Amino acid sequence: MMKFKGKIWKFGDNIDTDAIIPARYLITSDPAFLAAHCMEDVDPEFLKKICPGDIIVAGENFGCGSSREHAPIAIKAAGISCVIAKSFARIFYRNSFNMGLAIFESRELWNIVSDGKEIEVDGEEGSISITDSDFVRFLRIHPIPSFMEELIKDGGLMRHLSKKKE
Amino acid sequence: MNNGGQWCKEHTHTNERRTTVGMTITEKILCKHTDLEEVHPGMLINAKVDIALGNDITAPIAINEFRKAGGTRVFDRDKVVLVPDHFTPNKDIDSAQQCKVVREFAQEQGLTHYYEVGEAGIEHALLPEQGIVLPGDLVIGADSHTCTYGALGAFATGVGSTDLAAAMLTGEVWFRVPETIKIVLYGRMQKWVSGKDIILYIIGRIGVDGALYKAMEFIGEAVGHLGMADRLTIANMVIEAGAKNGIFIPDAITEAYVRERAKRSYTNFTSDSDALYADMIDIDVSTIEPQVAFPHIPSNVRGISQAGNVKIDQVLIGSCTNGRIEDLRVAAGILRGRKVAPYVRLIIMPATQEIYKMALREGLMEIFIDARGVISPPSCGACLGGHMGVLADGERAVSTTNRNFVGRMGHPGSEVYLASPAVAAASAVLGRVAGPGELPGIGG
Repeated sequence: MMKFKGKIWKFGDNIDTDAIIPARYLITSDPAFLAAHCMEDVDPEFLKKICPGDIIVAGENFGCGSSREHAPIAIKAAGISCVIAKSFARIFYRNSFNMGLAIFESRELWNIVSDGKEIEVDGEEGSISITDSDFVRFLRIHPIPSFMEELIKDGGLMRHLSKKKE
Repeated sequence: MNNGGQWCKEHTHTNERRTTVGMTITEKILCKHTDLEEVHPGMLINAKVDIALGNDITAPIAINEFRKAGGTRVFDRDKVVLVPDHFTPNKDIDSAQQCKVVREFAQEQGLTHYYEVGEAGIEHALLPEQGIVLPGDLVIGADSHTCTYGALGAFATGVGSTDLAAAMLTGEVWFRVPETIKIVLYGRMQKWVSGKDIILYIIGRIGVDGALYKAMEFIGEAVGHLGMADRLTIANMVIEAGAKNGIFIPDAITEAYVRERAKRSYTNFTSDSDALYADMIDIDVSTIEPQVAFPHIPSNVRGISQAGNVKIDQVLIGSCTNGRIEDLRVAAGILRGRKVAPYVRLIIMPATQEIYKMALREGLMEIFIDARGVISPPSCGACLGGHMGVLADGERAVSTTNRNFVGRMGHPGSEVYLASPAVAAASAVLGRVAGPGELPGIGG
């Protein structure tokens, strides 16, 4: 459930929500439409490069700016399995948990991987493994509060609330 | 029918015993909305909301989630506020559909606070103006600039659509209690320096993640010289430093603003003298000159004297940041008897219908039109590159709005320079990024 494997695609610091999904596309909340424009202004080739399950690795303050949930929706619908950044902007952070997009904080990962490198993430164990020819390197992920882990497992806030009501 | 503010100098406990340290105003407001006796940074809490806000972009997703979760009635029809303000008046068929979803939901639920285009305005200017948010309130809004209401001494923060959906259903929202950075403002502001310059200066100093996950509390003797408009502008942009909320402790200026607007009782909170802060920043506002945030990040701030010769194509004066009557008065004072530079477009955007009417009565609109400006209806459109003022490739705008990310106001190849209404008006006349001090007959 909390395990991910895919190629990584790197972005720098302060990737804002206008970069993730430009406001001109907010005329709808259709995930497929939003996914088709994900990261368009930062990297026009992004959607051509990625495969389902791939992972975004970013620097500081990923998702800063607007509260638009269209940003995590676009990332998830584009097929990205999780986002690992040095830090996240707070509204993006809570939006991701609320809608069930897995995100993790790691300060080291960005510095040691390059575009296209395959990694494995174990959200439950709290580790990232990077295979290099004949040895495997492990990194620790900043642990997620258990309440937020529950949100991801339940598939987001609304499903979590429905489950609690049952 | 105002019940007046109730002053809570001390946080009240069921018994007299204080077991731990004091609380900040942010902690007290959060605490008051839970069943807990005290809260401290790092705690995960469920809090009751006084106001849950959505707009035409964020509410449709929330409404869909609300229905998917089996929601039939919102938790309180007086506390869910919907304001279609982003792509209104409807920009195209798709945005019209989004607005229709919001309108039909408001009608179906019988919401007290739904504002149609002709009575509305930009949500964050409208809610304080209409007395919908009050001191001591806990406000969430599916819009990042919801933090604006901290100017009134409320806890207000932006959330996503799913949080709004959950709040519409349950009346509650989860929070991690933030640490607070105390920002002490002192000294007298120079001429042409406003709240916008102070907040731009602070963002330039601490960076776009300088207050990440934290509360920013503004205090100090200089706050007493800031009117509500300046405080609203400052609180509006704390999100641009990554903050969860910005907050001012209510004083006589707040009370004068709120008293005539409030239709329910409210509570003025203050921070305890032994409250703990994560950090403290002292700022002598007398040293600040008018500020400009250069592209493409709000922290890329320079003093106007360091702006150089940047030719511009458009000036936008308005938005939830600087579209209040005080902002329009400053701009009109500079534009009176002057003309916008050739080949430059000036767009004036009063933030609400009420402000529009005041500007008309005061003769400001005539000044803007005589200067060759165009008046836009209240809307967020131009600020986020939606409509009514979109930039082409290579164009530059001076804007009194809050963000200058790549493509924020249009083509990814365009540039946005954030500044105060005074700098924006002077720039419109001179056709380049410039302060009012450079205009003949005005002086610094």
